[in-house]
Amino acid sequence: MNIRVLVEEGDFDVGAELGRLRTAASGAIVQFVGVMRDHNEGDAVRAMLLEHYPGMTEKSIEAIIHEAASRWPLLATTVIHRVGALQPGDQIVLVAVSSTHRHAAFAACEFIMDFLKTRAPFWKKEELVDGRSRWVDARHSDDAAAERW
Amino acid sequence: MIRVLFFAKLRETLATPSLELAYAGDVAGLKRALSARGESWQQALTQDNILCAVNQQVATDEQLLKENDEVAFFPPVTGG
Repeated sequence: MNIRVLVEEGDFDVGAELGRLRTAASGAIVQFVGVMRDHNEGDAVRAMLLEHYPGMTEKSIEAIIHEAASRWPLLATTVIHRVGALQPGDQIVLVAVSSTHRHAAFAACEFIMDFLKTRAPFWKKEELVDGRSRWVDARHSDDAAAERW
Repeated sequence: MIRVLFFAKLRETLATPSLELAYAGDVAGLKRALSARGESWQQALTQDNILCAVNQQVATDEQLLKENDEVAFFPPVTGG
């Protein structure tokens, strides 16, 4: 299986990334793109800063992909996660999976995203429109989403 | 010596991204040793939800540390 994991400040081109995954064998490609919202917990958000643990981040994402590949027959997987300063509407994360059939691709894409949210060492800090800033708290709903697998 | 890293809110609270110290023992003992640095350290490191990684793998309080290990403490993750 081909694995592509990038953690970077710059934006990514979803079309180009999907092109990398498309081969004559890949009958199904499923993608998820996470986008920064302009509201969170009832407050208007002006900007966000994403911090990570260089090294461990990449290792933990690769471990999640290998776990997915042990459950579904995957041909290739790409995960790109941005760090640094982001604005509402910006792309944050891409998870794209190719497989011969759609069920495996849908399931693996959701699995990887659920575990990325609960295992990969990223942290978000929000700057609100009213001037306050705060670290985003982990959500119980994200833990529950990962536990169902 | 071991290297200790702090991330996100923990790094801000302690005003310390990283430090090096001579230490032998387990992760729980390292937390106690760091807690002796002051009240903010004691409060931050005794929070139930603080996570630890040793050499970039998630670790428990019982894990034994050895020379040149990289230990990280951080809050629950919020990526994606």
